[in-house]
Amino acid sequence: MQLDSKLPTGPIETAWDRTKFDMKLVNPANKRKYGVLVVGSGLAGASASATLAELGYNVSCFCFQDSPRRAHSIAAQGGINAAKNYQNDGDSVYRLFYDTVKGGDFRAREANVYRLAQVSVNIIDQCVAQGVPFAREYAGALSNRSFGGAQVSRTFYARGQTGQQLLLGAYQALERQIGAGNVKMYPREEMLDLIVIDGNARGIVTRNLITGKIQTHIADAVVLGTGGYGNVFYLSTNAKGSNATAIWRAYKRGAAFANPCYTQIHPTCIPVSGDYQSKLTLMSESLRNDGRIWVPKQPGDKRPPHQIPEEERDYYLERRYPSFGNLVPRDVASRNSKAVCDEGRGVGETGLGVYLDFADAIERLGKQAIRERYGNLIDMYERITGENPYRSPMRIYPAIHYTMGGLWVDYRLMSTIPGLFVIGEANFSDHGANRLGASALMQGLSDGYFVLPYTLGDYLANSKLGKADGSHAEARAAESGVADLTKRMLSIKGKRTVTSFHRELGKIVWDYCGMARNAPGLEKAAQTIAALREEYWNSVNVLGEGGELNQSLENAGRVADFFELAELMCLDARERNESCGGHFREEYQTPDGEAQRDDEHYSHAAAWEFAGVGKRPVLHKEPLQFNYVHPSQRSYK
Amino acid sequence: MNLTLHVWRQKNERAAGRMVRYDARDVSEHMSFLEMLDVVNEGLIAKGEEPIAFDHDCREGICGSCGFMVNGIAHGPQPGTTICQLHMRHFKNGDVLYLEPWRAKAFPVVRDLVVDRGAFDRIIAAGGFISVSTGSAIDGNAIPVPKRNADISMDAAACIGCGACVAACPNAAAALFTGAKITHLGVLPQGQPERYNRVLKMAVQAKEEMFGNCTNIGECEAVCPKLIPLEVIARMNRDFIKGSLFDRPLSAASE
Ligand SMILES: Cc1cc2nc3c(=O)[nH]c(=O)nc-3n(C[C@H](O)[C@H](O)[C@H](O)COP(=O)(O)OP(=O)(O)OC[C@H]3O[C@@H](n4cnc5c(N)ncnc54)[C@H](O)[C@@H]3O)c2cc1C
Ligand code: FES
Repeated sequence: MQLDSKLPTGPIETAWDRTKFDMKLVNPANKRKYGVLVVGSGLAGASASATLAELGYNVSCFCFQDSPRRAHSIAAQGGINAAKNYQNDGDSVYRLFYDTVKGGDFRAREANVYRLAQVSVNIIDQCVAQGVPFAREYAGALSNRSFGGAQVSRTFYARGQTGQQLLLGAYQALERQIGAGNVKMYPREEMLDLIVIDGNARGIVTRNLITGKIQTHIADAVVLGTGGYGNVFYLSTNAKGSNATAIWRAYKRGAAFANPCYTQIHPTCIPVSGDYQSKLTLMSESLRNDGRIWVPKQPGDKRPPHQIPEEERDYYLERRYPSFGNLVPRDVASRNSKAVCDEGRGVGETGLGVYLDFADAIERLGKQAIRERYGNLIDMYERITGENPYRSPMRIYPAIHYTMGGLWVDYRLMSTIPGLFVIGEANFSDHGANRLGASALMQGLSDGYFVLPYTLGDYLANSKLGKADGSHAEARAAESGVADLTKRMLSIKGKRTVTSFHRELGKIVWDYCGMARNAPGLEKAAQTIAALREEYWNSVNVLGEGGELNQSLENAGRVADFFELAELMCLDARERNESCGGHFREEYQTPDGEAQRDDEHYSHAAAWEFAGVGKRPVLHKEPLQFNYVHPSQRSYK
Repeated sequence: MNLTLHVWRQKNERAAGRMVRYDARDVSEHMSFLEMLDVVNEGLIAKGEEPIAFDHDCREGICGSCGFMVNGIAHGPQPGTTICQLHMRHFKNGDVLYLEPWRAKAFPVVRDLVVDRGAFDRIIAAGGFISVSTGSAIDGNAIPVPKRNADISMDAAACIGCGACVAACPNAAAALFTGAKITHLGVLPQGQPERYNRVLKMAVQAKEEMFGNCTNIGECEAVCPKLIPLEVIARMNRDFIKGSLFDRPLSAASE
């Protein structure tokens, strides 16, 4: 396998424009003849489907929910970044680029990030025009707030429901094209394999989740916008259905998987309360703008928060990072929470929690102002915990939230399989080893509205694809492979439920490949996971039939893939003998406990090539070059 | 606490359904309603019985996947709350709960508590958008939007499309859902050019989908987990009348 990142040369400021100009265009009259399959209807998939259809391509779009509007993007709360500099506080494309490269701990490609910062401004314009009800100032201008890891106000938001509003914008654009007959929508249709014909991605195999019908779809290109794999941890802030199946099966067909160990732990989530717990709930990072994080100075101090006097509280982020304070990036905030809890200073019943306190902000701004800013989050917290944050501080703890790793793509968002494009959280492209707040929405929409529609056209214009249909041997083989797998899972009839396995797997990954990792732990985890995977295939119990709505069966396939992916994550984490961003190896830290990179040996993206289940995959390295932002030890002090 | 559940079980759209009784034992007050059902389902699987099917995804009250009737109330007894966000502390030991799917001609039952809400998507596809293709937008701040309008728009745009309004309505009308989209787009300057045409198209589609007519009963507002106000229906009706009068097709001469 050859990794060709197709990075543009020359000045970074004009790189994307020059790349666009060099691209071959598809004759408008011919666009209708090209079929494109877009898997996923989140921000990335919906924006791509709508835009491709507007351009005239013949698009099919797939999602597993009952409606494209329910994709996991809907849950994003805090906001979306853009280098508009409407606040006149010194923001610029270059600064957003700089912040993102640095925030990613120098493990992302400069050219990709620069392009992202550039198109960020177009995204806001597009969304406003679609009717996204962004927050406004009284005179009608767009309002902004600041977000973790940045010192300028560049985050646009729609109350605490930014993802919902952006997704509805993209969904409405998509529905407009569905209504016009330019997109055929397949809801409740799950992609279970990729069809590769003569080396090119030409189609997918899906299972209809209502009828169980297994079907092949053939086209000229396939786009995956299937989201992240955070649910490998079982408990995460992702929606319950979020899964890695589409990208994992593409990986098994030859698409390289990059940086699987780069996972993001979000510092502000509601702590775990019991074993029945099915997911974790994020409390948006924006809360850190006005909330102050603290724990008692004394370990084991079990007094209720209001009885702990000011001088016995440790506002540890403000103390350790005076210039960024509570707004340090997520990886830093999360690790510090873990550290204070490990010292026995955690709060709440389990001791795994820290306070996020609004008392000062309420005193300064009034309860009404706080309600305006965070009302829905505070209500949600109260609904879940039964406690009122206006009266006593919230308790929060880190939880897995986002995955920076994903399928490897070149500058044009194409994977190592020609014709297979990957967009949004499913790819590895722009965030390096740590993503800054409010930049996933930006990336998903950048990929879908403004990048893929160009690069996909160039691919189509340059390829000579033969005729293919569902009767092709490769398509038949993929289809029967899916049918066999379904039968196999239904025939095990073991003793344990899918969920019980998933929970156990998640615990292993969290303990050994979570917030802090070390070599012996990772090796042990890889072995334990392999053993548990064996057991899974011998004793999982999936009831019901294949030809009907069968939620256990859907889940069983996803968990099977999580097992394999978890092993790869541990391997990748073991091989990366440095700490960077969200990947914290205990062996590699500075004297004051910050992540210690090793640029000499690890300034690369690690792209793994599948070699067979249970076999060691092959590692390919894409070296990273920094010509503009020079790698330094990140400092938020 | 221990609860008794009576749950609607139906194998598929064509099969006959019936209520089946289950015991939910040792339910913790910290569980969400769906987590309580997860535990019941794990128990059913252990006994070799097929689990109860219900839609869910985000479990944060935002995706609109979840929803069924609890003792005749859409999303259960807690106002402004989806069933995934309803916690068991609102119930007490010994409660008997009847769980049924949304019932409406436009929402056929798929299995157990799962229904097909595709009709909502088709209403949006008929006109619930602003026709602006990617790349053709002007600068965001070139369109000032008074804060008041932005707020009204956002209140309506908060709709999650769960279908509770339809399930609660004796006419199975989709007026709150449709009105919410009409309001979201109709109070914004960007939404003006298509305002009247939009309402006509969406209302016609709602009728074709076999949703009933709104007779101002207000059950929808009472169960809406996002507290979408009845006012959106009034706005829709006003725009509909105006649209019917003035938004007729242009004559050949004026084109
Ligand atoms: C709680 C929460 C809050 C967040 N807040 C923010 C924020 O404030 N700002 C920010 O920038 N980012 C935020 N993020 C991150 C951001 O929301 C996600 O990274 C982003 O929305 C991912 O979009 P996507 O389009 O790549 O994928 P998704 O929205 O996850 O969409 C995936 C799509 O793929 C489909 N799919 C998946 N697998 C298959 C399959 N096998 N077959 C068919 N279809 C399939 C799904 O049906 C879905 O339509 C948040 C994330 C979470 C969890
Ligand atoms: S599961 Fe998403 S709203 Fe309830």
